[in-house]
Amino acid sequence: MIRIRLAVNGQPHDVEVPTYRTLLDCLRYDLGLTGSKEGCGVGVCGACTVLLDGKMISSCIALAVFADGREVTTVESLADDERLHPVQQAFMDAGGFQCGICTPGQVVAAKALLDAIPNPSDTEIREWMLGNLCRCTGYYKIVESIRAAAQQSRA
Amino acid sequence: MNAFDYRAPRALDEALAIFQEYGDDARVIAGGTALVTMMRQRLVQPRCVVSLRDVEGLGRIEATNGAIRIGALVTHREAETSPLLQERLPVLAETFRRVGTIRIRHMATVGGALAHADPNQDPPVTLIALGARVEIRSADGRREVPIEEFFRDYYEPALEPVELVTAVTVPLLPPASGASFVKFLPRTADDYATVAVAVSVTLEAEGERCREARVALGSVATTPLRGRAAEALLSGARLDEDVAKAVGDAARRVTDPLDDHRGSAAYKREMTAVMVGRALTQAWVAARASARGAR
Repeated sequence: MIRIRLAVNGQPHDVEVPTYRTLLDCLRYDLGLTGSKEGCGVGVCGACTVLLDGKMISSCIALAVFADGREVTTVESLADDERLHPVQQAFMDAGGFQCGICTPGQVVAAKALLDAIPNPSDTEIREWMLGNLCRCTGYYKIVESIRAAAQQSRA
Repeated sequence: MNAFDYRAPRALDEALAIFQEYGDDARVIAGGTALVTMMRQRLVQPRCVVSLRDVEGLGRIEATNGAIRIGALVTHREAETSPLLQERLPVLAETFRRVGTIRIRHMATVGGALAHADPNQDPPVTLIALGARVEIRSADGRREVPIEEFFRDYYEPALEPVELVTAVTVPLLPPASGASFVKFLPRTADDYATVAVAVSVTLEAEGERCREARVALGSVATTPLRGRAAEALLSGARLDEDVAKAVGDAARRVTDPLDDHRGSAAYKREMTAVMVGRALTQAWVAARASARGAR
């Protein structure tokens, strides 16, 4: 077991975890934040996307100890009480939210994109979102949602 | 995953001492994209995992004496977006950009990828074409190896259990030179290559004949390869269709690919010849432009 101190969505946490605990399992089982999902478990599908010190990573292949002393941002931080984040609202309005299983990873990745590139081109959206798979294959709606969120944020 | 001791030394010497203590039972972790995946699949069950994240001084990209030195802990994303690399060795920045997804590139490190020695990776191909050297440290000292000698076999680097990759040093291209990286992947953009090729060409000052060339191949054998026979054909040559075809054929002959879902062995051999021709032409065009610029 190892003791780690991390901030998740601005809240400090002090937890004891087995050394082999992944960051994803730590968020879900130690901290009860079940928004991030495990899909493939090998860093390919993007369902477990979180931000570590602002950079998006695959939390299923990151050890929890890697987050010691760092700041983690998960999908739970996006909405402000009842008010959805512009990216979440756009996924609802433009149909980017489909069966829902990939959505937490999609919206976290999309938020990271708009933080880095506030007005992305379609090529930039596709390149950035490349690692977030949607088994419904509704990629057009996802790109549309992100485009809409970028416009919303500019307005 | 199995239970393991976790150590996070703050200094390189401390890390090297831990390797002496655990030998084969210790595994280094940098970004973790390869090691954690292998541990989750129980392909690797180390007794001790040594994290390098708190070790100072391994995360810099710096210009040194006609070369760029990339520290082992530099992430693929940092390499891809480095203004220094984009300006001085754009082909290498572009190669790092072609690896996996941004998420993986935020995690995976330059040194970790080399030590993983997966023959399907992209960066070793371009690094071989550029004549890079791998810097290795152990408690006994420091050594450097040309990168094409660093890969022994499938997932087997030329690295003792007590050794650590600390950096890769990449010489800048001389005047009248060009380099290219061609990644052929018919499936998704984040996949490993079916065939990857990198070529560097240095022309004589007149801008017509080849003085020196390097041809490197990825995903077509148990290690990345350097195509020395192909390079020899280029020495003193002018580029035309026959030369390009002969060079592609010579490169094809050194390959020994596996049949897999990215293509049959026969297909990969054929594609090697085609992609070498394309990479060579691109590098040559860049070298000519560089020669004209220098005159």
